[in-house]
Amino acid sequence: MMTEFLPKGLQLPIVATLADKQQESPGIYTLHLALETNSSFDFAFGQFNMLYLFGLGEVPISIMGWQQDLLLHTIRAVGRVTQPLVALDIGAQLGLRGPFGQGWPLHQLEGQDLVFITAGLGCAPVVAAINYAVENRSKYGRIVILQGVKHHNDLLWQPQYERWRDLGDCQVLLAASEEKKRKYHWRLGMVTELLALAQFDANYCAVLMCGPEIMMLAALKQLAKHQVHDKSVYLSLERNFQCGHGSCGHCQLGPYFVCKDGPVFHYPQIKSWFGLAGV
Amino acid sequence: MDKGFLPRQQFPELYQALRKAGYEVIGPTVKDGAIVFSPLAGFEQLPLGWQEQVSPGRYQLEQTAGQRCFYWNTGPQALKPWLFKPEQHLWQAEQTTEGLCFRQTPEQAQPRAFIGLRGCDLAALKIHDQHFLNGLFPDPYYQTQRQQLFIIAVNCARSASTCFCVSTGDGPAATFGFDILLDELETGFLVASGSDQGEVIVQQLPLAKAKTKQLSEAKQQLQAATYQQRTMPDEQQLLKLVNRLDHPQWQDVAERCLACGNCTLVCPTCFCSKQESHSDVKGQQAEQVRLWDSCFSEQHSYIVGKVFRPEISQRYRQWLTHKLATWQQQFERSGCVGCGRCISWCPVGIDLVEEAQALLKDEVDDD
Ligand SMILES: Cc1cc2nc3c(=O)[nH]c(=O)nc-3n(C[C@H](O)[C@H](O)[C@H](O)COP(=O)(O)OP(=O)(O)OC[C@H]3O[C@@H](n4cnc5c(N)ncnc54)[C@H](O)[C@@H]3O)c2cc1C
Ligand code: SF4
Ligand code: SF4
Ligand code: SF4
Ligand code: FES
Repeated sequence: MMTEFLPKGLQLPIVATLADKQQESPGIYTLHLALETNSSFDFAFGQFNMLYLFGLGEVPISIMGWQQDLLLHTIRAVGRVTQPLVALDIGAQLGLRGPFGQGWPLHQLEGQDLVFITAGLGCAPVVAAINYAVENRSKYGRIVILQGVKHHNDLLWQPQYERWRDLGDCQVLLAASEEKKRKYHWRLGMVTELLALAQFDANYCAVLMCGPEIMMLAALKQLAKHQVHDKSVYLSLERNFQCGHGSCGHCQLGPYFVCKDGPVFHYPQIKSWFGLAGV
Repeated sequence: MDKGFLPRQQFPELYQALRKAGYEVIGPTVKDGAIVFSPLAGFEQLPLGWQEQVSPGRYQLEQTAGQRCFYWNTGPQALKPWLFKPEQHLWQAEQTTEGLCFRQTPEQAQPRAFIGLRGCDLAALKIHDQHFLNGLFPDPYYQTQRQQLFIIAVNCARSASTCFCVSTGDGPAATFGFDILLDELETGFLVASGSDQGEVIVQQLPLAKAKTKQLSEAKQQLQAATYQQRTMPDEQQLLKLVNRLDHPQWQDVAERCLACGNCTLVCPTCFCSKQESHSDVKGQQAEQVRLWDSCFSEQHSYIVGKVFRPEISQRYRQWLTHKLATWQQQFERSGCVGCGRCISWCPVGIDLVEEAQALLKDEVDDD
């Protein structure tokens, strides 16, 4: 239980030790963390933790998974905190507060086709949900995975995509936007163009999206063309986070605090605010 | 609420009673040309005879021959910096031989009595209580300061030219959230208690029974304070601001606004903060510090590769739409308590009431 895990009202980080580290692609690593706690770490896929690196500060990072008593975070090194974070040696320690926010409502979506749309390099919140759906294959209808990157070797978790492709009733479509030559299994272009090839029941599906907002806006347009209702769409948003739990005011989108009311939103909830310039 | 009368010569006895009960007394005093809440060594430090002259972009204190201590309305700050501190040390991290450790230094909770808070200040306090105490994770730093608070409120006897608490419904009377309530008259104070701990202090004062004439004098001056120059549109109207995100007025105000963030700093309800990590030279001790922040800063909406509100017009829009409209969805009321601080402390005299009215003009005409 989270309440046992975090002393109420006292947001002191707990200590996490780097037990293993895996490079996924240039600059992207999955950290396997052992948590110093007696209680279980209950979380939903799509939730995030605030990871603290000694003396440098905190960053919000999605929960990628939980494997052999270790918490997985896949992190792209981009700046002041994330660069030294992925460079840590095995045995190094960091701080962790969480889990925070709302995850994907995976239980509510049982029985439906699942369409995952992601773009960019590190779409951990969606990959965590894909893994869950795959592990609980019988609970869902068709699974469609659409992923776009710039170059085909930017794709994270390459072996997993191959595995997913081999599952029954699971369609994996990949697009590379800046590739010159077409590769086997790959299409040239944007992830949104893949929707034309996707096979799912538009009336009985859930779309789970994560990536740059421009991509998600383009995808929403395409989805509407394919008769997918707004109410079938969930998306994970990003904003500047300082506190992670609705206190610091940084992550506001209209009346919402993305950290607390999101980061996963049901699209109809945020439709009137989403994609507006300067909001 | 029964009101007793405390003659002006005996007013210091309130100070003595508070000290005797163990409170540090915090009150208004004149500092650097403004009314500032500070620890008081005695009631003689109250701003006796001082009055402020304010207008958009202007705040000036004037000494008058009057004997009143509370004949001003607002200083730049009241309670906010005492509960939600401009700089709050959250926790320490230490690299020890056993590994990384996290520690929190317990906050010192000193019982404090604040004298001179107004209706608008108490309304703002209620909003901050809702934000910092009633959320998913109550803020322990705020809570510690909040728990030991003793509040002596004063009903306003006049209004400054920037006040508009009547239209927000938060003044000029203080109606809740105090331990003791005062009305200041020429010759002394009407005193009423508002809580059990307030009653304990009131019991120790040499109160006379309030005369009908004194009660009606208090009523009259409170009535006089309701005549205000500004009227904020009502909350239903303000909600319509979110339909006006493309209004040319945002650009108009952006051409005047310096994005200095003063308005958010003096606003008693703004709650934005950022965090910094400070470490010692040896890299053994580090500290996580929370600092006030403002949506007027570019960094406020920064993520890697993008700033969500790069334009000043967008940041002014965030301030006004949050404070007046989306705040209502978050806290079930507007975030503005009508204190007028942001108007007088804006270096270029931008008046949020005027801006809100301009933005809603056609909407108001439509109805
Ligand atoms: C809900 C959520 C989930 C995320 N999940 C992942 C993930 O699984 N893997 C991953 O690699 N990245 C993830 N990110 C992005 C990650 O938080 C940023 O890359 C990281 O904060 C950059 O920090 P930095 O110090 O290295 O970069 P700098 O550019 O040096 O940033 C400085 C500071 O700005 C703030 N900041 C910058 N970018 C962001 C951002 N995108 N979101 C919030 N605050 C930011 C932080 O306070 C950061 O410390 C997620 C972001 C959010 C909001
Ligand atoms: S918005 Fe201005 S007038 Fe309203 S509470 Fe804040 S400082 Fe006072
Ligand atoms: S108006 Fe700006 S500074 Fe004030 S609480 Fe809202 S976002 Fe924060
Ligand atoms: S409105 Fe005035 S006080 Fe606020 S940021 Fe702009 S110039 Fe500064
Ligand atoms: S991250 Fe602080 S309010 Fe959302």
